[in-house]
Amino acid sequence: MTGMNSPHQTNRITGTHVKGGGRVDRSRPVSFTFDGTSFSGFEGDTLASALLANDVHLIGRSFKYHRPRGLLGLGSEEPNALIQLARGNRTEPNTRATQIELFDGLVAQSQNRWPCLKFDVGAVNQLFHKLFPAGFYYKTFMWPASFWMAYEHVIRHAAGLGKAPEGPDPDRYERMHAHCDILVAGGGPSGLAAALAAARTGARVILADESTEFGGSLLSEDDVEIDGLPAADWVAQVVAELRSMPEVTLLTRSTVNGYYDHNYLTIAERVTDHIGAVVPNVPRQRIWKVRAKRVVLATGTIERPLVFRDNDRPGVMLSSAVRGYAVRYGVLAGQRPLIVTSNDDGYRTALAMHDRGARIACIVDLRTEPDGALVDAARSRGIEIHAGHSLVGSLGRGRVQGAEIARMTGDGTGLNGAVRRVDCDLIAMAGGFNPTVHLFSQSRGKLTWDPERFIFVPGTNHEPQVSVGGCNGDFTVAQAIKDGLQKGVEMAREAGFTGRKPAAPEVSEPKSTAERTLWLLPSTRPVGHKGKHFVDFQNDVTAADLKLATREGYRSIEHVKRYTTTGMATDQGKTSNVNALAIVSETLGVDVTQVGTTTFRPPYTPTTIGAYGGRDIGALFDPVRTTAMDGWHRENGATFEHVGQWMRAWYYPKKGETLRQAVDRECLAARTGVGLLDASTLGKIDVHGPDAAEFLNRIYSNAWLKLGIGRCRYGLMLKDDGMVMDDGVTTRIAEDRFHMTTTTGGAAGVLAWMEEHLQTEWPELKVHLTSVTEQWAVASIVGPKSRDVLAKLNDLDLSNDAFPFMSMREGTVAGIPARVYRISFTGDLAFEVNVPRRYGRALWEAVMAAGAEFDITPYGTEAMHVLRAERGFIIVGQDTDGSVTPSDLGMDWIVSKTKPDFIGKRGMARPDLQDPHRKQLVGLLTEDPNEVLPEGAHVVADLKPQPPMVMLGHVTSSYYSPNVGRSIALAVIKGGHGRHGQTLSVPLVGRSLKVTVCEPVFFDKDGSRKDG
Amino acid sequence: MQQIPCPWCGPRDDWEFHYGAEAHVARPETPSDKSDEDWMGYLYLRSNTKGPFRERWMHAAGCRRWFNVIRNTVSHEVFAVYKIGETPPPLPGEAPAAPDTTER
Repeated sequence: MTGMNSPHQTNRITGTHVKGGGRVDRSRPVSFTFDGTSFSGFEGDTLASALLANDVHLIGRSFKYHRPRGLLGLGSEEPNALIQLARGNRTEPNTRATQIELFDGLVAQSQNRWPCLKFDVGAVNQLFHKLFPAGFYYKTFMWPASFWMAYEHVIRHAAGLGKAPEGPDPDRYERMHAHCDILVAGGGPSGLAAALAAARTGARVILADESTEFGGSLLSEDDVEIDGLPAADWVAQVVAELRSMPEVTLLTRSTVNGYYDHNYLTIAERVTDHIGAVVPNVPRQRIWKVRAKRVVLATGTIERPLVFRDNDRPGVMLSSAVRGYAVRYGVLAGQRPLIVTSNDDGYRTALAMHDRGARIACIVDLRTEPDGALVDAARSRGIEIHAGHSLVGSLGRGRVQGAEIARMTGDGTGLNGAVRRVDCDLIAMAGGFNPTVHLFSQSRGKLTWDPERFIFVPGTNHEPQVSVGGCNGDFTVAQAIKDGLQKGVEMAREAGFTGRKPAAPEVSEPKSTAERTLWLLPSTRPVGHKGKHFVDFQNDVTAADLKLATREGYRSIEHVKRYTTTGMATDQGKTSNVNALAIVSETLGVDVTQVGTTTFRPPYTPTTIGAYGGRDIGALFDPVRTTAMDGWHRENGATFEHVGQWMRAWYYPKKGETLRQAVDRECLAARTGVGLLDASTLGKIDVHGPDAAEFLNRIYSNAWLKLGIGRCRYGLMLKDDGMVMDDGVTTRIAEDRFHMTTTTGGAAGVLAWMEEHLQTEWPELKVHLTSVTEQWAVASIVGPKSRDVLAKLNDLDLSNDAFPFMSMREGTVAGIPARVYRISFTGDLAFEVNVPRRYGRALWEAVMAAGAEFDITPYGTEAMHVLRAERGFIIVGQDTDGSVTPSDLGMDWIVSKTKPDFIGKRGMARPDLQDPHRKQLVGLLTEDPNEVLPEGAHVVADLKPQPPMVMLGHVTSSYYSPNVGRSIALAVIKGGHGRHGQTLSVPLVGRSLKVTVCEPVFFDKDGSRKDG
Repeated sequence: MQQIPCPWCGPRDDWEFHYGAEAHVARPETPSDKSDEDWMGYLYLRSNTKGPFRERWMHAAGCRRWFNVIRNTVSHEVFAVYKIGETPPPLPGEAPAAPDTTER
């Protein structure tokens, strides 16, 4: 009985019919809105069942023709009833009404209609259907190509289904990693049996089902008994036993949606969608990533629609779905249903509907002489049966109001009698069942065509897995359970467990006789004339489209699919693929196997991107690395830039300063007084072992064997093709220990590169490598006053004689144990103070305090770039790009002529790397000293009014240099070393600039400032 | 996702690994002896095997060790795993190979 306060639901079966209950909770009415109208349903309903209960059949508009559409199916196969759920940034398009659980306050919208569902302007597309043939996109938008931009705007508005949210998804998603012995996909009779048999051996089992409860098809049947129990009671018994087992994980509302290599599967679990509220500390959805020793696929079947004229009218549904709504949800999808069937299963729907109070209009049976128990049962109830008849077409406006039927010729290809009209408000199509082989196909299993039963069944499997029940072509409950028990035990044994197969239960279910498969029901006119025979409901592909494609020469289903778009909608052709394949093969007069099959790909049902992202969003998307001095930088107003994963201080603007003003000030201070740079992010690698020097000698292009202890040396690292890979200063700490530095971005790659050579090429070398980037904090004190600042904090002798350039001293700085390196990335006197990371900020603050009297100026990466460019110091990855040799950079001085071998030596000797016309590093000066070239700008000798022009090279680094008093740039130019003094052009948008080529050094050309 | 059996750490998801392409391509002992043609071959030319293939992997997010795998590049079946320097096991259907001397 309906609840006291719940409004009347027209199609809800009431208590006068004994079997009318269904699995909804009638004591708990729930209200929801659809397109702004309030309706009532019950807890346990889906949006689909609740809409049907309220006699709402018009639920959406179709993709191409904007035809009115209603529900076709019961579950994830639904192609038509796509819903835009909720509002704001929680909105989710293209959700299937059949999988949306009802909750109080649910807000659902139809899609693909404007201005409203009942009157949709886009429906005029139907009048122009001749303009939308198969291959519409390919034929229509070929010419002129430039018009595509205009077409696209209109098409994008007209096509497409729901609307994406405009802002970030506010919900939380999570990922779960799991391992199991047996993963069972699907919790119908065979899946439950397999899970039970496997679990009883002690195996760790995960059983997942996409529905709200386990049972699968058994929940939609009222004529099956197992061990004397109604099927649903048997399900409850099995689930209870599984629930009591500690090694079993039961997942409902969980779609096994992806099957990948080596038995790796993903499960999309909808955790709170059915609650309709945010639950604290619980994700909205969860993606399970499961590695299973063995997989049992128990994914069941999907019923085939029959292809007849206007088979897409709201009120044309799959027969099994009609039965499911009646039995599981207590809803009559129509009061006067017509059943058109190729088999006995349609009779089960007729009986279920009849016994719940529906008046069956008639059964249209494609078979000429149907017989058997189910047929007899229908006859005994006085149901009219038209054997050997075709359903010629549906009738009605916006909703089925009738059907045309006629007797067929013996071969089923034409009509052999007058067309009669039958009044009905629902057409249930029973076209036979297809095994749901999607996951099997995703896992690279080979499908086999069963020519007797016209279905694809799993053939050779690729992964350690087994298919059971409906998805394996076993369509009876008895066989599904028996097979499930057997295969469940076998899989558990393969996973290393022992046990017996549980005894199969006694199953009582209706017996079925042979079916008669007709892919296209004969009509009064050829297909494509008056009315449409839909094959793919979601992408609006008709039988006429498929036939046109074959006439135009398409033979392979993979091509037909792309040309007509059949099977390419979000449902991946769950209801349409086999029909399309069969119609194509029949039209071509070849065997189905010759047309080929398409491959299913994950995900099985559309899955929210957020679920895949999980918690890897926002700040957790990628780790952010910060230095020990990061807090100081933030407190002192630094702006930051990303350098790889590092956050580096970019510049430190004072109040009102622009970027340029701040950087100019920082650059001047580092040359005239003292600057301070946080250089902690440079890669640092401890190279340790008796062969450390020999190893460096092979890895770097210059000589390392004789480097003295406490001395530093700059090194270039090449790849074996002779190209520059990385650079840095490396210091000998002890006879057998070096402290290597790398570029900030190259650190991990250099470490891996060196590890690879030690392990695979030179395993005889005794060397250990340890990344120590994070262990050291580095403050670089730079400029003529740097010695004065450091002297206040340190009792080392800092004189040039006692502590020469390119050497290292160990001592204390501000009381902190430190290594001080006299190396410089600006060319000026500089000290890089390295301390253990935990002292980084203390060091920085001590240096700032000591430097206050010298007006010490912290500077960021922007000034660092300008200062190094003034001296022509390269940045690997900015001034080089993997195709630049030391010679191209004018750095032959760092390449040993005497070492017999090092990485890159043989590569550099290739003749094309000796070519004087290669791109070489040069400096560029603009005519206007205030004009700063854009980095990446092309350089040409022969300027033309517009491209194409012969490109000589490009600008790699470009800045305004306050120390030089003008703009400066570095570039790589063909034959650049021989072009010093030449004037070249840089074409820009709408103008061009003249530049003079020069040596790539702009300041302190003799390098005399390094000693202060 | 494939599962790669690290000889040091056991089977792990493939994202933990770095793929190192064809195995047993040794850097020549004395590169200066090599012709430009041979050097190009060492640098760039690798077999593009369809089927069982000896290839290198490195357990980047684990022990960081390089090792060799015989894996079918089509089916992704892993037949054997062996450490650097070990004698390569035969490919499926192949007679046992002579001890590896190309790579120390």
